Amino acid sequence: MATLRYREALNQALREELERDEAVLLMGEDIGVFNGAFKVTAGLLEEFGERRVRDTPISENTIVGMGVGAAMTGLRPVVELMTINFSLLAMDQIINHAAHIRYMFGGQVKVPLVVRMPQGAGHQLGPTHSHCFEAMYLQVPGLLVAVPSTPADAKGLLKAAIRDDNPVIFIEHEYLYGQRGEVSDDPEHVLRFGEAAVRREGDDVTIVGISRMAPTAERAAQTLDQEHGVQAEVIDPRTLRPLDLDTILASVRRTNRCVIVEEGWPHGGVGANLAALIQEQAFDFLDAPIGRVTGADLPMPYSKPLEQIAFPHEPQVVGAVLALFGEPAER
Amino acid sequence: MPDSAAAGTEPSAGAERPLSDAQTAREWLRTMMLIRRFEERAGEMYAKAKIGGFLHLAIGEEATIVGAARALRDADYLISTYRSHGHALVRGTPANAVMAELFGREDGCCRGRGGSMHMFDAERRFMGGYGIVGGNLPLGAGLALSSDYRDTDEVTLCVFGDGAANQGTFGETMNLAALWRLPVVFMVTNNQFGMGTAIERHSAVTDLQRRGEGFGVPGVECDGMDVADTHAVVAEALRVAREERRPTLVEAITYRFRGHSMADPEEYRTKEQVARWRARDPIETFGRRLVEEGVLGEQDREALDREVVQEVDEAVEFADASPFPAPESLYDDVYVLGDQVSGWYAIDERSPGVHKGEDEREMAAGDGGDAATAGAGGAERYRAETERAARDGEREERPADEAQGEDDGEADG
Repeated sequence: MATLRYREALNQALREELERDEAVLLMGEDIGVFNGAFKVTAGLLEEFGERRVRDTPISENTIVGMGVGAAMTGLRPVVELMTINFSLLAMDQIINHAAHIRYMFGGQVKVPLVVRMPQGAGHQLGPTHSHCFEAMYLQVPGLLVAVPSTPADAKGLLKAAIRDDNPVIFIEHEYLYGQRGEVSDDPEHVLRFGEAAVRREGDDVTIVGISRMAPTAERAAQTLDQEHGVQAEVIDPRTLRPLDLDTILASVRRTNRCVIVEEGWPHGGVGANLAALIQEQAFDFLDAPIGRVTGADLPMPYSKPLEQIAFPHEPQVVGAVLALFGEPAER
Repeated sequence: MPDSAAAGTEPSAGAERPLSDAQTAREWLRTMMLIRRFEERAGEMYAKAKIGGFLHLAIGEEATIVGAARALRDADYLISTYRSHGHALVRGTPANAVMAELFGREDGCCRGRGGSMHMFDAERRFMGGYGIVGGNLPLGAGLALSSDYRDTDEVTLCVFGDGAANQGTFGETMNLAALWRLPVVFMVTNNQFGMGTAIERHSAVTDLQRRGEGFGVPGVECDGMDVADTHAVVAEALRVAREERRPTLVEAITYRFRGHSMADPEEYRTKEQVARWRARDPIETFGRRLVEEGVLGEQDREALDREVVQEVDEAVEFADASPFPAPESLYDDVYVLGDQVSGWYAIDERSPGVHKGEDEREMAAGDGGDAATAGAGGAERYRAETERAARDGEREERPADEAQGEDDGEADG
């Protein structure tokens, strides 16, 4: 084990998979000479050369599409998009092709493509650089979706994503890049998709935190314990497709209360979907309506105080939990 | 609407390329005839509601298909558009499998999942028809990247229409292909119309072969009504891609004799213009040339026609006899199953009505029939649909309003 930052853990995963499998290649804007907009690919061009680490023009739809074409014919491309906001330019290739090619061609080919990109607010980048779109990708059959929130998960899931034969949307978080954590240095330590992590155990309420909201939920759970005597169980699903619903349901059946925390928009969000699943399958176990804490329903504003109130922080999560017990929500 | 065909896109005389050997010339003619007869029958089957969805015919464009594809090696990749029945046939996909796909049957080349716009044959390196205009260009460059990365001498031929030349992927892909010196040839089949919009009305520069130059992809034109000229021009472009790692944009000047799709009333062009192009029918002119040059007798030509008509008849019979895909196969191939994705039910976490609670998730991967039909609207509906579609003798002509609505929201290249 070593203590690494989230971005270093990702870098290690890429390095190890490049070493392990000649079919792996990286493509993206400024990932080579510039070492990556967020330095995730630092040093890889120098180590592996231009054949395997490719700087691309700013052409998101085409570089993803080229990744699909290359993946259909035996390669394992890892495409980096500078942020998830720019993936909107590649939506056609991601949904119409990456996700659907195997099905619409009757299973004749696989598309082992990984599209990596960070999301998230907090850097005052305004409405075109700050959003969270995991809910949009979650909706698409044919894709796998990962939302790692710790350095260990970032590494273990990225390696799993590269080795899997399905197209994977791998969603990193800008805020998390600098966070530290213990990471296995065994190159064969690979996580599985579809296995949630229970970050903290508790019997009073289940808090499901998505992406950066998993650590936010953990902090809220500490406050709930220390200041309110509420024992919260915190679950980080880690992947949204496949989703480890069993772990979430088992927890909710025990705690009888649930709050889902995400940074993205409320309508059609991850929480909206998950709340539907929980009420369908554990309705009789619920003692209160399922709570949701989400980003505000608006384009992300630039001004710092406005931005800070437009995405969830620990107090909102604490407030949402207390509301399930009949106490007024903090705002 | 005025007859808007510009001088530059009127039928030209066509370069008289010398023929290769008799057997090759004969095979080109036969394949063009097969594609023609196949599509004529497909049109009939569409009118009889045996084929659903959209049906885009390439009648008139056969020389662009056969001339270009016959310049490929077996290991080369071909990727095209939603007008791609001929591209499957020319690569050797059996007519049976293509027709069965149009009929939505299990024996179709994509098991009835893709339909007319989404043909595919991995084994023969036909890497697909694609329904999104311009969507296949990045994929084509990706195939070429893969060939180059794997250190092979394979080349990709990427075919698209004049409408696709106005998509963003056109410029993006040209730039990357030239920048990375990818072994790819782009062929724009300029059939003069992006759906119902004439080229002068959709492109500021109608000389499409020039549109790659600014990106580092030189252009060249071929007579898309002449199979030998198309072959010669594409063969040279493929050689340059293979040996010199330089992409070329080939513009094949052609014309589709039928509407954009089956429901096209063709109000955007004159009968006279269509007639002028029909006079240059690529099959008729090439067939006549072979007779004139003594490669074929007139009787041989008729015999070839009988042969391909029979092949198409058999394909219709085969398709009609092929079963519809089984309801329990509904979720096949959404994912590659394995350690991480053990079955569709591991991904689709919907309600107890679909999964009957947790027990359902324990069942084996191939065992999801009931749940599959429940998820899609029920076994009853599936039965009714297959019975309706397979009903013998009953011919359901499609209602006019349905056909009229067809082209709404669709674009063409």
